[in-house]
This record gives sequence, C-alpha cells and structure tokens, in this order.
Amino acid sequence: MNPVERTVEVNGRPCRVWEAGEGEPLGYLAGLGGLPKWPPILDKLAAKRRVIAPSLPGYPGSLGHDLLDDQFDWALAAEALLRGAGLEGADLVGVSVGGALAAEVAAIWPAMVRRLVLLAPFGIFDEAEPVADVFAVRPKNLAQLLCADPAKFAALIEPHEGADDIETKVEQARAAEAAARMLWPLGDTRLVKRLPRIVQPTLILWGSEDRVIPPSYAHRFAEAISGQTEVQAIPGAGHLADLDAPGPVSEAVLGFVN
Amino acid sequence: MKLLWFHLMPYTELPDDFREKNSSVWVDIDSKLFKPERAHRMYNEFMDELEYAAECGFDGICVNEHHSNGYGLMPSPNLIAASLARRTFDTALCVMGNSLALYNPAVRVAEEMAMIDCISGGRLIAGFPVGSAMDTCYAYAQNPSMLRARYREAHDLIIRAWTTEETFAFNGRYNQHRYVNAWPRPVQKPHPPIWIPGGGSVETWQWCAEMDYVYAYLSYFGFREGNATMQGFWDQMKELGKDPNPFRAGFLQFVGVAETREEARKLYKEAGEYFYGRCLHVDQRFTNPPGYTTEATIRAKVTSMMSLAAARAQVFAKAQEWDEILEKGYVIIGTPDEVADQLRNVATTLNVGHLMLLLQYGNMTRDVTQYNTRLFAEQVLPQIGDLFDNEWEDRWWPQPMPPEARATPHSLSQAAAP
Repeated sequence: MNPVERTVEVNGRPCRVWEAGEGEPLGYLAGLGGLPKWPPILDKLAAKRRVIAPSLPGYPGSLGHDLLDDQFDWALAAEALLRGAGLEGADLVGVSVGGALAAEVAAIWPAMVRRLVLLAPFGIFDEAEPVADVFAVRPKNLAQLLCADPAKFAALIEPHEGADDIETKVEQARAAEAAARMLWPLGDTRLVKRLPRIVQPTLILWGSEDRVIPPSYAHRFAEAISGQTEVQAIPGAGHLADLDAPGPVSEAVLGFVN
Repeated sequence: MKLLWFHLMPYTELPDDFREKNSSVWVDIDSKLFKPERAHRMYNEFMDELEYAAECGFDGICVNEHHSNGYGLMPSPNLIAASLARRTFDTALCVMGNSLALYNPAVRVAEEMAMIDCISGGRLIAGFPVGSAMDTCYAYAQNPSMLRARYREAHDLIIRAWTTEETFAFNGRYNQHRYVNAWPRPVQKPHPPIWIPGGGSVETWQWCAEMDYVYAYLSYFGFREGNATMQGFWDQMKELGKDPNPFRAGFLQFVGVAETREEARKLYKEAGEYFYGRCLHVDQRFTNPPGYTTEATIRAKVTSMMSLAAARAQVFAKAQEWDEILEKGYVIIGTPDEVADQLRNVATTLNVGHLMLLLQYGNMTRDVTQYNTRLFAEQVLPQIGDLFDNEWEDRWWPQPMPPEARATPHSLSQAAAP
C-alpha cells in the first residue's frame, strides 16, 4: 500500500505525516529509528482503519529535534504533531520512544487520546533491572539488539533504490540523535510521575525477547497507569515487535481499539 | 617555535594480557586494575617529570583531562597545574582541557583558570576542548545532541566572566545566572591565550579563525596522518583570509631520543608498544554516540578523504608493533640530530609553531623519561627552538608579569639557595 504524504509544521519545522486506509483514525508513533519506509504493520492496520503515522521531530521526514531541550518541549511537540495530523481524540499506538511520548500526551492532554496502546515504551529505568544502552552499540550489532530477527530491522533501514547514500546516512544519524536527545543517558524521562494521570483504557504490549527494555517493565507501566490496563506478550518478538511480528501486534491492536 | 612537554599520565601497570582480557581502556575499564598505592607513586613521578621538563628549559608543560581512562589519570588537570604553578617559575602552563560542557556552572572553569593564572603570575594557556565522546558523553553522561551547543555557550559565559567589569546576568539556553562575577580574575588581559584542541572538523577551524584562537591537532598518529588534517586547516585559513602564521597551530608528536638510533629503537620499544597496544584499546561502541558528530561533518566525512583520515585517526591505532609504529611515524626516534631534522621537517611541512611533545608515554619509567627529556632539551631544542621566530610573532603565548614583580614560592627560593 502506498501512503499519502503531507507535511505538518511543528515549531516552524516540517514534519512528515503518512496516511493510508479508511475508517476511524488510528495514530501511530514509531520506535527507535522511526520510519524510513512504510512497514508491513501499517498495511495490516490500514486494512481496517485509517492509519495516520506522523514522524516525530528529527525522525525520517521530519526536522526540529534540535529545538527541543527538555521533556516538556518533546511532549508539546508530540501534541502539536498529533493535532496537526488530525489525531485529536483518536486511538493512539506508541512504540518504544514513540510510546514514551504517546504516554505523555495521554497523561497531560487526556482529550487527545481515546484508547492507548503502548508497545515496549521507553520512559522508566530501574537500576536493579537496567534498560540496555542503545546508544553504545556498534552499528553492526544494532539490528540484533532491536529485533529478534535482525533482518527485519536491516530491511527497514536499507536505502531505497536510487537513494542518495549520504542523505540516507544523515537521515539515520539524525533519527538516532533525536532519540538520544530525549533519552540520554538512561531512557528515564521521569514519565513515572505522570503515568497515574493516564485514565484511558491502555493496552501494554511487549516482545517476549525484548533485549532493550526488560518485558517485566510492562507491569510497572500497568501498575502506575490509572485507566484500565491489559498486558499482552508478543511471543518471540524483540524490542521493535511491530517489525518482528506485524501479524500478532496488529491483531492485538485492532482487537483492543475496535 | 615553542616546544611544550606534554604528559598524559598513563596508568603504567596495565597487565600484559590487557587487550585480550578487557574490552576497553576507557569508560568501563576494570576498576580492579587500579591500585591506589601504585597510583600514589605514579602521580608523584609524573609530577616530578613535568617539573623536570620545566627545569630543563622547555617553553611549556602541558596537562589534559580524561575520565574513566586507563591512559589518562587526570580527571582534573587544574589540580596538577596548580601544583606546577608553585613548582615552576618561567614555564608556560598549558592546560589542554577543561571540557567546558562538563562544568555546571561553567563559571567554575573561569574561576579555577583565573586561580592558576594568578598563582603562576600569568603563565596559563587555557585549553578549551569539546572533549572526546568517551569522556563527555559516556563517562560524564552529557547528552551528545546538546554537547556542542553547551560547549559554545559555556565558552561565551567564561569569556564574558573574564572580560566584563561589572557583575552581569546571563540568560543562556543552558545556563541561567542572576549574578556572574568571577573573583579571582586572570592576570593576563583581556584573558589567557585560548587554544582549541580538536579533530578535523571544518566548523572548529572556522571558529578558531573567527575567534583568533590556536587550533591544536592532538593526534596520537604522528605527522603522516596529521598532514592531511593540517593541510585542510591551512586551506581553510587561506580561504578566510588569515595569514599563515604557524603560531596559529599546535601539533602533538611522540618522540624518543638516544645516543644512537639503534639504542633509541631498543629503549622506547616497550613503552611505545604499551601505549599503542594497551592504552589505545578502546571499545568502538563508545566512540560515536548519536549527535556527537554534526550532520555537516558526517556529510564531509562521506565526501572527503581528508576528513575520513582525520576521523579514523581519533582513537584507533592501525599499528601496535614497534616496527610499524615507527614506519607510520607515530613515534619519531633517533639521535638528537636525526630527531631535530625530522621535527624541523614536521614543523615546516605542517606549518605548526607549537609542538607538543610526548617524551613520556605508556609505561616509560621515570629514569628513561628523564633521559629522553634531558637529551632532547640539551641537544634537540637548541637546534629547532628558534624556527619561525624571526618571521612570525606568537600572539598566542602567555604574557606573564615581569619576573621582578612575581612572588617566589618558598620551595623555589630554598632550591635556589646554596
């Protein structure tokens, strides 16, 4: 499926919004690395819903991460982006770093989000069970850290045919920097203080083979969120379970939001 | 030309199998390898060596900053420089770090450097590095995406703290102060000379030109690797309409001098292999955090061989065997005449007026270090010390108070007594 592309300005910088499918809008904030390509999971979701995937500042297709200095700046930017993308009051899926921001928006602006799905969200760090250092990885080891099947991540970041090599490298480096800018050094955005403000029904998904954030963190989120929560493991999937297991993840998401 | 004696203060007792048994000399180096009682001895010997270099007549002595690092025992170069200020009289004190973004508030750097400048009577060279990724982003947890902006802002704050007469308010992106009022202030006016140790980034060169600062290329890989970078620097200066004054630049070089070349070869082999083998054993996962390298530099690296060479040269030694270390020019060895010839060639080819010399490296003992230092001072320095001096003015060298106006520390007056 080919998405329709448009641009929303956040803090005066362009941010890419991809959209496909029909029906009630379903927002999607991607994980580490963002979306250099339209991934299989969005086809599956778009078969049933109008999927809108805005790219956060600094992630592929978007600029402006360098304007954001703290977590409040990031939350405001995410809210502005979702609003600009036409996702006010919509169901929202947030993955990994996108999950940390989806949770912020749901907590701070409850009317922005109807039902919330968090897939392996960042935002918490426990010294006794630490999150892996995704910013101290040799490039060749990154795919196997992020996905149970490294080929899935490799396929996502593989340059498009005819793409400019330099700009592909710059785009990937910028996405990594955007994540580091918000998460350095531990991935703890103090989100735990705001989780009790989340009153929406929330589905928490976690790849059982997540090598970045221990799957046990699912229960920390579930306990802290005030809304009704449901925790579901995605067997055999890694941190970016939406890449590893688009079928089971999309089924879980659609089952929850519909 | 100015010749500076530089100490990295390496831990000298890393085990023989360090490379095999450890993943990194930096950031997560095994703390069990650190023996404080041994470090007591090392610190005292290293400080003896720096003082000895000053006695021998080097123009400057040089210290720098590293964190969680097995080849750099100076998290705080200011502590060492303060001690050296009391134990030397005429020698310039070159503090090749404070990594400005690490200090909160950055006013602390303005204060401590002013203290050193006051104690020494105006002999400080203020080095302002961004700092390596290992030091700043990993060991000191600074956000790599904000590091350079924080560095620039800290620089602006420090310069204003040194040069503004009134107490002032500073409303920066990262630093907010109602009252900035550095007390003490530096002896040198408007402030001590500023040197910027850097890699091969075009932005750094342009900034040095704009601010009229010295650019110091501190590579461990000698003049062959350094040539491309320094060429890039001078091309940039020409483009910006700056004169080719060699004192705009500094360059680091490892050296080993002996009576014969064969003796030098034997004498410095172990220390050289220790440094390039054990000390530069850095886990690559700590070398390039996201955002540390600017987008402009990434583009330049992909498009230019020059910057690629410079980027590679930051940490990784391509040679760890002595023959290859010598062949690649990482270390220059030979008789005093041979070394003088080679260094004259390095200085004129790279057009650098400030040579920073590593005459202690790796596990070199104090005796060998003093031999290397003395021989260099007595027989090499006189041959090359006046290079460039007739053609160019060094506007980036400390301007101390006149000797007769300066205090003599008690220890020095005793040493001078018969």
